[in-house]
Amino acid sequence: MDAEIIAMLGQDGVTNGAIYALLALALVLVFAVTRVIFIPQGEFLAWGALTMAALEGGHLPTTVWLLAGLGVLALGVDLFSATGRRTIGRSVLWNLAYPLALAGLLWVLPLAELSTWARVIVTLAIVVPMGPMLYRVAFQPVAEAPVLVLLIISVAVHLAMVGFGLLAFGPEGSRTTPFSEAQLELGTLMVGGHTLVVILASLVLIVGLYLFFDRTLYGKALRATAINRNGARLMGISPALAGRLTFFLAAVIGVLSGVLVAPLTTIYYDSGFLIGLKGFVAAIIGGLASYPLAAAGAILVGLLESFSSFWASAFKDVIVFTLIIPVLMWRSLTSHHVEEEE
Amino acid sequence: MKLKNLFVMTAAALAATPSLADINVGVIASMTGPAAALGAETRKAVSLFPATVGGEKVNFILLDDTTDPTAAVKNARKLISEDKVDAILGPNLISTATAIADVANAEKVPMISVAPLDVSGDKRGFVFRSEPSADLMVQRVVADMLANGVKTVGFIGFSDSWGEVLHKALTKAAEGKITIVASERYGRADPSVQAQALKVISAKPDAVFVGASGTPAAMPQITLRERGFKGRIYQSHGVTSKEFLRVGGKNVEGALIPVGPVLVAEQLPDSHPSKKSAVAFVQTLEAKYGADSRSTFAGASWDAWLLLQNAITGAQKAKIKAGTPEFRAALRDGIEKTSKLVGTNGVYTMGPNDHAGYDASAIVLIKVENNHWKLVK
Repeated sequence: MDAEIIAMLGQDGVTNGAIYALLALALVLVFAVTRVIFIPQGEFLAWGALTMAALEGGHLPTTVWLLAGLGVLALGVDLFSATGRRTIGRSVLWNLAYPLALAGLLWVLPLAELSTWARVIVTLAIVVPMGPMLYRVAFQPVAEAPVLVLLIISVAVHLAMVGFGLLAFGPEGSRTTPFSEAQLELGTLMVGGHTLVVILASLVLIVGLYLFFDRTLYGKALRATAINRNGARLMGISPALAGRLTFFLAAVIGVLSGVLVAPLTTIYYDSGFLIGLKGFVAAIIGGLASYPLAAAGAILVGLLESFSSFWASAFKDVIVFTLIIPVLMWRSLTSHHVEEEE
Repeated sequence: MKLKNLFVMTAAALAATPSLADINVGVIASMTGPAAALGAETRKAVSLFPATVGGEKVNFILLDDTTDPTAAVKNARKLISEDKVDAILGPNLISTATAIADVANAEKVPMISVAPLDVSGDKRGFVFRSEPSADLMVQRVVADMLANGVKTVGFIGFSDSWGEVLHKALTKAAEGKITIVASERYGRADPSVQAQALKVISAKPDAVFVGASGTPAAMPQITLRERGFKGRIYQSHGVTSKEFLRVGGKNVEGALIPVGPVLVAEQLPDSHPSKKSAVAFVQTLEAKYGADSRSTFAGASWDAWLLLQNAITGAQKAKIKAGTPEFRAALRDGIEKTSKLVGTNGVYTMGPNDHAGYDASAIVLIKVENNHWKLVK
């Protein structure tokens, strides 16, 4: 084992760690605002990656129809608990008109000739709206339920999404072409262009999220909800809006990480879960509350994974997931436990 | 009360009617779950099975085991107790096949697996298989390595039972001839195999054997080539689907793979025993599913049916009625007496001590060239 190998392993670990970090941030965000342990986070990654791959292959991504189906469901829920003509009007616009308009647009667009950036935008436009719709259908009606109930629903949503993923994408996986094929030489180390894209994009997203939470009214509203839900409500922050906004952000992060990871590895309809789980380990390191700790934990998970694959590849996943035990012990010993009011 | 009895009797009569007249064959395949790609191939083959054999109608009952041994056993029990099947074909994986084999043996229903499960010793009974063992396949690989002067080999394989099977086969076949200088493992869903590839490259092997299957098998080869590995790369026979070529792209060019002959049917020399049946099968299959839709997996399912059909014809000649225990026993004995049956994937000769009966000389080595399979002469 020489310096060159250490550098390469480090590079690989940081690249994967950056992806885990994005997922970990989304998990922490969703949990802080809505108390949902968002297991389907990985599915957004897989759907984003596979939608991107379908666009690259010049096919109409089947996720468009999933979006339309979910939109109809969300509209149904809205109609069922109708509150006013304006809300219904907006619901029809977003849940019915938007998916259909998007499908029509994709029908007309020459998919095979789109540039990479256009593909990323189309992928986001298709998959991201599913986040808020999912919240509307599955979580908003039971927003006040105990954490355990929300967790069970989240498992159910995960299983449903994996099933629909198989239906939409088939059992086989796909890869996409990297954003950059360039190879940079740093001393003796070869750095792939795509690696830099992944790390840069993650940094930009993290800084963007920081600015959003620190500088904008909506971001501050989410933070307020995370700190004290009832207090925020008394200040006029709608919990439903906060939930939808959170799921929107989680979906954006999930889809972007999917787009970033697709050139690195082959993504299958069920790949999201394992990648999401590693993000979850990182989120646990951050106590499901601290963003910087979660991000650092994610880099740690990535590095640990990379180095343990080198030394003991057969036990790699065992080593990564065992990390959670000392972390939990350390957390439960150092932080005094407060019973959560349910 | 009377009415209820009447219902029960009618229902019983209705349920019993088909099983007396027709031959029922249960097919278990992994149509969903991680092995769904294999199950899809089995389904293609099943759609080509004939509707009658020797004038008797054959019903095929296709069930999905969701790549789960528990579900596979449930399916097997359902097929045997409710559908009264005379034989079972499938399933696709060793894990599911091993689970069903016990049921088939206990209920005395002949079963032909398309997964290379172990059929030695007391596990034999009513269980047969139409797929060559991993040992035979890997022996073909090692023979080619020796012919090309390979002295050291690196292994990267799945961290599951399939990776283990291939690693054992390689260790056995290479013993005393080729040194295995690195043995690395990875998971199907791993985002990267950089570390494993680096370790293998740093051991400087002449060749690398990738012990994986399906599209995840492309990743180690892609990474090895990106990291500048120039030696020969061998893949196992688990990768032979079009999807592997699609995902692997230009980086899997030159991969060497041992396979049953069906994949390169037209390129086979005329002297190859399976040429005619393989070409005929491929033409029928591709007429229905489009060009390049062939796979060795569909071929293995087809061969399983050929073995069974042969035995059914034998039992019909002996005038044994379908749906009876005697018929099932006759099928079992018939399959065991299979002699020089030419299938699409090779030639089968079964015997009381050999329920696989695959002739290793049928295995061919192919190479990926211009994103197509090319027979290595």
